[in-house]
Amino acid sequence: MRRVLEGLLTPLVSIIIAIIIGMMVMLATGHNPLQAYAALFSGAFGSTYNLSNTIASAIPLILSGLGVAVGFKAGQFNIGAEGQYWIGSMAAVWVGYSVKGLPPVLHIALAIVLATVAAGLWAGIIPGLAKALFGAHVVITTMMMSYIAIFLNKYMVENGPMMEKGFTPQSPVIQNSAMIPKLIERTQLSWGLFIALAAVLVVYWLLFKTTLGFRLRAVGSNTRGAKYAGINVPLYMVLALFISGTLAGLAGAVQMLGVQQRLYDSFTSGYGFTAIVVALLANNNPFGIILSALFFAALATGGQSMQLVSGVPAQLTDVISGIIIFLLAAKKIMPVIRKKWRKHLDLATERGAQ
Amino acid sequence: MSVCLEIKNLTKRFPGVLANDRVNLELRDGEIHAILGENGAGKSTLVKMIYGLYQPDSGSISLHGQELHFSSPRQAIQAGIGMVHQHFMLIPALTVAENIVLGSEPGNIHYRRKENEEVIRQLSKQYHLEIDPSAKVGDLTVGLQQRVEILKVFYRKAKVLILDEPTALLTPQEVEQLIQVMERLREQGIPIVFISHKLDEVKRVSDRVTVMRAGKTVATVETAKTTPQELANLMVGREVVLQVSKPPQTAGKPVLEVQDLVVAQGHAEKVRGVSFEVRQGEIFGLAGIDGNGQFELVDAITGLLPAKSGKVVFRGNDITKANVHKRTTAGISYIPQDRHADGLVLDFELTENFVLRDFARAPFAQFGQMHRQAIEAHAERLSESFDVRPHRIHAIARNLSGGNQQKVILAREVSREPELLIAAQPTRGLDVGAIQFIHDKLLELRANGKAVLLVSLELDEIMSLSDRIGVIHDGRLMAVLPGGQATREQLGLLMTGVKLEKEG
Repeated sequence: MRRVLEGLLTPLVSIIIAIIIGMMVMLATGHNPLQAYAALFSGAFGSTYNLSNTIASAIPLILSGLGVAVGFKAGQFNIGAEGQYWIGSMAAVWVGYSVKGLPPVLHIALAIVLATVAAGLWAGIIPGLAKALFGAHVVITTMMMSYIAIFLNKYMVENGPMMEKGFTPQSPVIQNSAMIPKLIERTQLSWGLFIALAAVLVVYWLLFKTTLGFRLRAVGSNTRGAKYAGINVPLYMVLALFISGTLAGLAGAVQMLGVQQRLYDSFTSGYGFTAIVVALLANNNPFGIILSALFFAALATGGQSMQLVSGVPAQLTDVISGIIIFLLAAKKIMPVIRKKWRKHLDLATERGAQ
Repeated sequence: MSVCLEIKNLTKRFPGVLANDRVNLELRDGEIHAILGENGAGKSTLVKMIYGLYQPDSGSISLHGQELHFSSPRQAIQAGIGMVHQHFMLIPALTVAENIVLGSEPGNIHYRRKENEEVIRQLSKQYHLEIDPSAKVGDLTVGLQQRVEILKVFYRKAKVLILDEPTALLTPQEVEQLIQVMERLREQGIPIVFISHKLDEVKRVSDRVTVMRAGKTVATVETAKTTPQELANLMVGREVVLQVSKPPQTAGKPVLEVQDLVVAQGHAEKVRGVSFEVRQGEIFGLAGIDGNGQFELVDAITGLLPAKSGKVVFRGNDITKANVHKRTTAGISYIPQDRHADGLVLDFELTENFVLRDFARAPFAQFGQMHRQAIEAHAERLSESFDVRPHRIHAIARNLSGGNQQKVILAREVSREPELLIAAQPTRGLDVGAIQFIHDKLLELRANGKAVLLVSLELDEIMSLSDRIGVIHDGRLMAVLPGGQATREQLGLLMTGVKLEKEG
C-alpha cells in the first residue's frame, strides 16, 4: 500500500506543478485561469456526451500506452508506437472492408488478430532483430520505422491500393460486420473500452505473474543478470518489441473498427506519441496507465471547450503535457531538492537551539 | 607525539539507526591509525562526518586543538583534511595532471599544461608517489589511479590523509605498493587514518587500531601489542575461529573436467589451453592474480562466455556447447564475482532474486505461470536459514548491504543442491562474520560429497579451504598442488609466472 502511494506521489506533484504553471501562463496572457480550467473540466467530464468522448479517446491511449510500457519494462524504448498504430489500423481496415460474409464477432476478431500480428512484426522484425543481432539502438529504429508506416498509410489512401473510388484520399468504409458496436449511441464510445480494460488485466498478469514477464523484466533491469539467470536475452528483446507493437497495433484496430471505420489521410493520430507520456506518467504500471490515459484524453477533449468558452488556445494543454514530461524526466532532481531542504531545516533547528 | 585530530563523543543518528554512538578517536601526528570494523559498524559514517559529508548530531571534532564544524567537504579540504574514497572520482579521459588540478586550477581561463605538469611532477617527487603527469588516467591501473587520488589530496595541501577501504580494489602487488607509500608518508610525519576490515593489513601497516562495533568505538590498542585473534574478537564481540577446521576426506569421481580450454574475449585470448578436474567432495582452489584469465575461465564453464576450443565435461556429458540454462539445470551453481552486475537483479524483490535461476521450474512455476505462494515460502525459508537481513522477503535487493546481498546469492545457489558449486570471490568485501558463514557453507557442501571450485584472489582463503590448488598465470594453469603442502612462497612464485622445478 505504501509503495502504491509513493508511486502516485511523483505523477501527482508533476501534474499539480504543470497546472499551476499553466495558470501563470494564462494570467500573463490576460485570461482568467479559473474560468479556463472550469471550462476544460466541464468540456472533459461535464456531460454524458463529453465524458463518453473523453473515455473514447482514452481507449487508444490505454492500449498504445500499455505497448510502450511493456517495451520500457523490458528495457526496449519503443518510441515508434505511432507507426505500429498505423500498421494495425491499415490491417484492420483492410480486413474490415475486403473480407465479406463473416459473422460480426468473427470478423472483428479476425481484423484484430491480423492487425496486432502485423504491428507486432513491424516492431519485432526490423527494430527487434537489428537490436538483438547488431545492437542497433531501438529509439532510432522504431522511430524510423514509424515514419515509414505513417507514409505507407498516406500512400495507401492517396492513389494507393486502399483508396476508395473518387477524389477524397480515404479508404472504403468497413463492413457492418467488422464494426465494434457503440456503448453509448451518438458518441465515440464503443465496446472497445472493454477490450482496453481486458488488455490492462492481461498485461498486468503477463508482466508480473508469468515466467515470460519475469524474463522480460529481468532483461529490462539487468541484461547480464538475465543472462546469468539462463535467459536467452536477444530472444526476449525481440519478443518485448513484438508484444509492444502488438498492443500499439491493437490500439489502431480498436480505433478503426470502433470509431473511424475507415482510413483517412492524416499525418499522425498523435496517440502513439502521447502513449509514451502516458506510460511515463504511469511509471509503466498497467493500472496507472488507465488513469494517465484518461488524464491526457481529458486534456485533449477539454482543451477544445476551453478555447470556445474562455478564449485560451487549446494548445495550452500541450504546454501542460510538455511540462509534465519535463518534470517526470527531471524526477531524479526531487531527492536532491529534498536533501537540500532537509539540510536547510537542520541548520534552522540548530540555530534555534543555540 | 602531539594529538592532531581529536574526536569526542560524536553521535550520528539516521532514521531508525544509531549509526555512530558517542564515538571517540584520537589521531596523533605521524601515525597510521587504523579504524577496523565489520561492514555496517559505522566506519564510513565516522569518516564522512570528519570529511564534512554528514553533520554530527552531537559531539565535537577538533584539529590541533581547534574545534571544527564543516557543512561541506570543501571546508574540510580547506582545513587540511584529505580523503581518498573507495571508489575513485577521476575522469578517465583527462591526464593525471589535469585530474589533480581539476577544480582548483591555477591561473585563469588559459590552462597552462606544461606548468601544471611540472608542479605535479614536483609534488609526486616530494611525496615519493612516482607517476607520469601526462599519462591518461583511463590507461592507468587501479593502483596508479589511487596514487592520483592521493596526490590530488596533497595538491590541496592536506595535513591529514583519510583512506577509506583503500585496498578493496587492489591486487596483492598493488596493496604492497600502497603500504610502502603509506610508510613513506608516515616518515614525513603525515598522519593517516586507514579504514579497513582486513585484519592482516591493519596488523601490518598501522601503529594503533581503533576497533568499531555496532556504531561504537570499543577499543583503541597499540598494534604491536595485540594479536589478530584479539582484534577479531573485538570486532565481532565473540570468539572467532580464524583457522578453518577441515576434516580429511578422500575425493570421489570427477564432476567437472576441463580439457584444453581456450577462451577469447574480443581478440585477446584470456584462457590459453587449461585442463583440470574437480572431484566429488573436494574444494579445488584456483589462485591467481586478478586479470590472469580465472574469471573468463569460470564464465566459460558456466556458459556466460563461449569457449573457443577445448572441452567442458560435466558428469560425463560434454556441455561445451550447452547454454547457461542447460548447465544450471544440470546441477552447476555459480556465485559470480560481481554480485551487482551478474548475481542479482537489483531492482527485483528478494523473492524474485531467490528464484532467479529456477523461476521457470516447478514448484515456482507451471505452464508459464508463476506460483506466488511457492516462491514466497521458498524466500521465507532461505531468508530464515541464511539469516538475510532485513528479514523482509519483499525488500528490493538494491537496498540490502553487500554482505546480505551476497547471502541472498549464496542461499540461492547452495539451496539448489548443486553437484558443482563455482564460487568466484565469494567473500569479497565482506566482514569476518559473513566470511565465516560462507566458508562454513562451502565446507558443508564438501562434506556432502559435492564438488566446489573456489576462485579467489585472497591466498589465505584458497590455502585454508582448498584440497587442491591450481595456480593460473596469463591464461595458463601453472601447476596443481595439494592443498596441505603448498606454501605461500610456492604459490606466490607460481602466480607471478615462475615455474617450480619438477619435484622428485
